Amino acid sequence: MSKQHITATVNGDEVEFLCDTRETLLDCLRDHAGIMGVKEGCGTGDCGACSVTLDGRLVCSCLVLGVEADGAEIGTVEGIAEGEKLHPLQRKFIEHAALQCGICTPGILVAAKNLLEKNPDPTETEIRYWLAGNLCRCTGYDKIVRAVMDAAAEMREAS
Amino acid sequence: MALDGQKTAYKYIGTTPDRPDGLDKVTGRARYGADISMPGMLHGAVLRSPHAHARIVKIDASKALALKGVKAVVTRADFPDGLDGEDWNLQENCMAGEKALYDGHAVAAVAATSPLIARDAVKLIEVDYEVLPHVTDVDAAMKDDAPVIREGAADFSVPEGLHPNVVRYFDSGRGDLDKGFAEADLIIERSYTTEAAHQGYIEPHACLGQMGEDGRGELWVCTQGHWFVRRMSTAVLGIETTNIRVTPSEIGGGFGGKTTVFIEPLSLALSRKTGGKPVKMVMSRNEVLRATGPTASASMDIKMGMTKDGKITAAHGTFRMQGGAFPGAPVDVTTMLAFANYDIENVHHIGYDVITNRPKQAAYRAPGAPMAAFATESTIDELCRELGLDPIDTRLKNAAREGTRATFGPKFGPIGLVETLEAAKTHPNYSAPLGPNQGRGVASGYWMNWGGETSASVAISEDGTVTVSIGTPDIGGSRASMALMAAEAFGIPYEDVRVNISDTGALGVNEPTHGSRATYASGLATIRSAEDCIGKLCKRAADKWGIDPEAVIWEDGCAKPSGPNAGEFPPMSLAEIAGEMGSTGGPISGHFEDSPAGFSGSFGTHVVDVEVDPETGRTTILRYLVVQDAGKAIHPAYVEGQFQGGAAQGIGWALNEEYIYGEDGRLQNPVFLDYRVPVASDLPMIDTVIVEVPNPGHPYGVRGVGETGITPPLPAVANAVREATGKRICNLPLRPSRVLAAIQGKG
Ligand code: FES
Ligand code: FES
Repeated sequence: MSKQHITATVNGDEVEFLCDTRETLLDCLRDHAGIMGVKEGCGTGDCGACSVTLDGRLVCSCLVLGVEADGAEIGTVEGIAEGEKLHPLQRKFIEHAALQCGICTPGILVAAKNLLEKNPDPTETEIRYWLAGNLCRCTGYDKIVRAVMDAAAEMREAS
Repeated sequence: MALDGQKTAYKYIGTTPDRPDGLDKVTGRARYGADISMPGMLHGAVLRSPHAHARIVKIDASKALALKGVKAVVTRADFPDGLDGEDWNLQENCMAGEKALYDGHAVAAVAATSPLIARDAVKLIEVDYEVLPHVTDVDAAMKDDAPVIREGAADFSVPEGLHPNVVRYFDSGRGDLDKGFAEADLIIERSYTTEAAHQGYIEPHACLGQMGEDGRGELWVCTQGHWFVRRMSTAVLGIETTNIRVTPSEIGGGFGGKTTVFIEPLSLALSRKTGGKPVKMVMSRNEVLRATGPTASASMDIKMGMTKDGKITAAHGTFRMQGGAFPGAPVDVTTMLAFANYDIENVHHIGYDVITNRPKQAAYRAPGAPMAAFATESTIDELCRELGLDPIDTRLKNAAREGTRATFGPKFGPIGLVETLEAAKTHPNYSAPLGPNQGRGVASGYWMNWGGETSASVAISEDGTVTVSIGTPDIGGSRASMALMAAEAFGIPYEDVRVNISDTGALGVNEPTHGSRATYASGLATIRSAEDCIGKLCKRAADKWGIDPEAVIWEDGCAKPSGPNAGEFPPMSLAEIAGEMGSTGGPISGHFEDSPAGFSGSFGTHVVDVEVDPETGRTTILRYLVVQDAGKAIHPAYVEGQFQGGAAQGIGWALNEEYIYGEDGRLQNPVFLDYRVPVASDLPMIDTVIVEVPNPGHPYGVRGVGETGITPPLPAVANAVREATGKRICNLPLRPSRVLAAIQGKG
């Protein structure tokens, strides 16, 4: 089957690739666009390691076909920092030791940033439910939730 | 506690600086197993058996090989004959021989120019199976009429008359059980089961192998231990160990499950068959759940006796465990640790290692300990309830302490069980008020920790920094711990230490990051290597000053004359000596190699509050407290992280996680939606208290902390559910349907 030519914006940059119609957005980002910060933990929408934003909406990129991304704006962990300046979530994750192995971290950062854009002052429960689609097997979530709350507080103060 | 020669005042140890690899890991730059590619790389895929037990009559790969882009197919015929022992087990598990032994067992592997073509090709391989009767349950596998999985798999330890599926037998104890039980005021006997649970690391196994026709090559792989991968992969392929150089990627979780090989030898075999093209292999989650990991499932009988005032007089345990189609269920450890928390005079353990048609079990955090803890700590809880005793006071009364002869033999050195119990007792969680349908559970647990083969190097760099090279992959912040220990040993800032995880070509053999050994053993190696460097740094200063090296001491990162008699010289900093190294005798580095044996175990006590919904049987964790002995916490935030992560995994095992096999012998839930690990909304914050009873076998007192934390949650949660519902449930997991049935009297 012939491949489809896809043009998308990833973290603000235009990206073009050829994609088999069976390939997921996750496959395309990793294998055709070299965006390796998106991770595959399950391929079935259950772990959130592949979380990206698609036109501002938080999605599991393993559940989106590559061809659906034509013309879309995609955000990944690679686009969270502004140049040399880390996003407060990134700083707080390091500061709070909110990662052990770190494989879940890119997806959780993308999801948490998306949450704070919608809700700058989430409760602990709201954070826990928002992140319920992002599995972390290492941390027990305690330090992740604290890092998100702390980043949110800092961002509220700054704004 | 001040110990001879052990530091007690620290500048860097006990602080919580940012981890050196933090930036890479929050920006998506860190390269994990599946993130590595090579020019000209091929992609591998594996055909797996859909049957639990079947003879492989014929494999026809001609259609697959005819597909455009397919470069090679390997089957067992591509691997050498004549292996024995664990090497044969590994080979048989990596690629089935005469029979497929479980649902998911690898039968053939393909290399092709794209992952899609490789997956298509797998579907074109035709296999004739003769399906055989199967068994997946441990108790069923021991019955007379159970199908025999493999004749001759049993070792010398198995008494005559047992089913051939019983492959190892353990029997140990001491004292006089009859006398002990006669002294008891109350004896309780119960049978328990736990299900197989998967390590559940979020990163599936991945590797990139390259091997030429000469059998030499390289492997990039996510693993806890690349020397293990080297030895095992080359053994499976029948080539010399050092033919392959193995480089570890960053690792996305392991918990014991990444201390062995699955796809690694397949990628090398495929690579050789394609004339040396690199072959990348990445497992799907379905493959991870069906063909790797899980831990053993267990069926256990416990009998314990206690006096009215809470003294345990005798304990007997029988443990039957299945670890899949190969010997290796950790029943040796289960029997060893079953009653290890306590000072018990009369004790006896019996263990059976049983094979079934399930995947080969792999180590999972404190392998063997949580199952036993569930059975014994539940029984103790029941004894306390019936006798009206406080569970912490009762544990304190029986607790092992320094000098206690352990139920598994040796005398304990300094240990911290009593301290964890006392800290739990005074913690506010232990007196928090409980409402209706709520209950509190307490349990303690132990892991003996490990030293293991360790080789490390520290090099002084010309810019005044030091580079630590170790062989234990960083799975949870250990680069930070190593850097802290090096900073402390040298007296230089944490930021001036670089930590390197070396490949197998750069250091002597290192065991994996397993057994809670990395901070202990690689840490000790880092400190000793630093001391080796310091001797050489002092010598350079002495040479410059024209004094005896013996007259130079090292203090706060500087060489100094040891006193007025040595002469008057301004201190020389590490950076100064390093800057001149090239002209004062060349590079300076320090080394350490040993199998350090001064490791010491870690005890923990957990207190959990739950609420059980009487309508649905669903258990909610309200509060959770982990108290554990770290010896000395090098980076306390990552120590807490180990406590919290262990607790979360244990809660998952207690409440939800289980391998479910159908009548057909196939795994029914090989997907995270159905193999349900805890998510953020399932858990509260996890409170921690770090107890520090220094380990005299480490310069700074470190004990491993990684594994103990998964041991108490199984019984602690079950004990809390017992209090909340009035029902003792002896079978894990405590899924809502099971708890509801118990509440309604149908359990
Ligand atoms: S990889 Fe997409 S949700 Fe797990
Ligand atoms: S830090 Fe390892 S999975 Fe989250």
